Amino acid sequence: MGKLYDRLKEDVRFVHGLHSCINCGTCTAICPAASFWDYDPREIVDLLQVEDDNIVEDLLKGEKIWYCGQCMSCKTRCPRDNTPGMIIQALRNLSIDTGFYMYSSRGRQMFALKKLIGDTILAKGYCVHADDIDTSLFPEQGPIWDWIKKNRGEVYNKFGNSYNRIGDGALRKISENALHELNEIFRITGSTQRFNQIENDAAKYARNTNIDFDSSVCSDYFLQSYSNTNDNTEN
Amino acid sequence: MIIQKTEKKPFVWKEYQKEIADDHYYFVRSCIRQNFFPGAEEVFIRIIGKDLGKDIYHDKEHTTCTGIGYHVDLVKLETTMTVVARQFALMTAAGYKNLLVSCVTSFGLYNEILAIWEENPEIEDKIREYLYKATRKTFEIPENLVHASDLIYKYKDEIAARASFKLVNSETGEPLRVIDHIGCHYAKMFPDKGIGGAEYPRVLSGLIESLGGKIIDYPERRMCCGFGFRQYFLKSSRGYSLSCSYKKFKALEPYKPDFIITNCPGCNYFLDRWQYVISDIKGETYGEDGNGIPVLTYEEVAALSLGYNPWMIGLQMHQTAVEPLLNKIGIEFSPADKYKGYSGRQLDRPKIPELLKAY
Repeated sequence: MGKLYDRLKEDVRFVHGLHSCINCGTCTAICPAASFWDYDPREIVDLLQVEDDNIVEDLLKGEKIWYCGQCMSCKTRCPRDNTPGMIIQALRNLSIDTGFYMYSSRGRQMFALKKLIGDTILAKGYCVHADDIDTSLFPEQGPIWDWIKKNRGEVYNKFGNSYNRIGDGALRKISENALHELNEIFRITGSTQRFNQIENDAAKYARNTNIDFDSSVCSDYFLQSYSNTNDNTEN
Repeated sequence: MIIQKTEKKPFVWKEYQKEIADDHYYFVRSCIRQNFFPGAEEVFIRIIGKDLGKDIYHDKEHTTCTGIGYHVDLVKLETTMTVVARQFALMTAAGYKNLLVSCVTSFGLYNEILAIWEENPEIEDKIREYLYKATRKTFEIPENLVHASDLIYKYKDEIAARASFKLVNSETGEPLRVIDHIGCHYAKMFPDKGIGGAEYPRVLSGLIESLGGKIIDYPERRMCCGFGFRQYFLKSSRGYSLSCSYKKFKALEPYKPDFIITNCPGCNYFLDRWQYVISDIKGETYGEDGNGIPVLTYEEVAALSLGYNPWMIGLQMHQTAVEPLLNKIGIEFSPADKYKGYSGRQLDRPKIPELLKAY
């Protein structure tokens, strides 16, 4: 056992997620990600049971831990009450904390997720917000979304009449006090530092690879992070 | 197959018979629903508060639970737990003990956090410290954690008794054929927290049967819609999300359902929107005559049965048109009112997809 494995064991999701795997493969059989990618949760759990830091480091630097879709179907069916999906959460968390996530193209996509979701949470108090979503990045929203966006005051106010204003209807403006408390929670519990780390790591990587970078969702770096990966493991 | 209680097996459902408080609920909203199907949440509040006369408190001070941020690995567990603790604190301050959750991702997360705290009370203590440091707030654990669909299920017979419309084809008299989609985080993580558990979910099928419809069992009934959190948000892995839904549509297509009922905000969005995408890139539609299969939430179904105007509950915000279903049930509606705004002004009509029918 080494330092990385010890750190994994400090994560309650790892402790709750891995009791004793009998390597039956039920998790892989039920896993949607395993049916789509070259991904095998059974293999990952089996590797971890060796408690070898070299293996853990390879996982943290690799692409595979980023394939899980977090549906947690594995939890329902595991005959030993393990949850590979929670083990993956612990691995991803450690990958970011150690900086190893920057070694994999899918890990580096944390920057795009920070821009798409993290910034909206802190600025607006929602994980997603209509003002920030359009069909250029999410074309599957369809023509109905273009219509909603174009007429959003008229549309959202039908449902509680407080769109982007203080009130209790749909997409109400979150109060300054609530946003302040939310931001304080992020600061005190370490997520603000994580957000800053992701921004800084991305800026450094962009500099080293000569990719145009700014902190918006328009830079080449964002679009590359959002659209492309370097591996070709889709089935 | 649905397992029924019998004299010989009186407790076969005991594990999955969930306690649901009778009244006085502190309501927390869903990010996804407010953006994509806001009418569903609004009519839910109306059905529970006005039609059934229950006390439902919706607090403008609560925020996102951060669930999506958490499941894309962006928001740390400690942060999410503290944000959830803040929701509990708001509930406590408002004098409520029953937390009513509008989102399956949130519901799963609340259950997960409570399970962690139960097994590791030192973590709960740490979160209480974080919350106090950040907000000076304290909290009580909810006595009853209820998903919005649990409540519609609990009162399904009252809703059916008041219904203006049954889920029956008005021309043939046959029950409508319905696919239910539960959403993974409702009960796959904690089966005893969901009505019917993960394997024999009853939370939606119970409502459908009370309203006169017929549930179809099909091979991929429990398959994920494919949200996958980061997999959907990133363009490079969005094919995963689409493929999961496509697998479901191909499995349910032969059963010719009249509509799909969903439990989870994300699932509702994906099963609605991916039909547009599949029509565009594969040339396939799964309803009759180039229509899609309408995808409705539980309260949208309940509201239609209760006689609510489809455009006042937001059904015009679905990409997959609902008109074929309204016609089958025999619900009268005004096509001209579909695209009217809050002010009553007639808005421009949305563009029509190339293949998937829209009205």
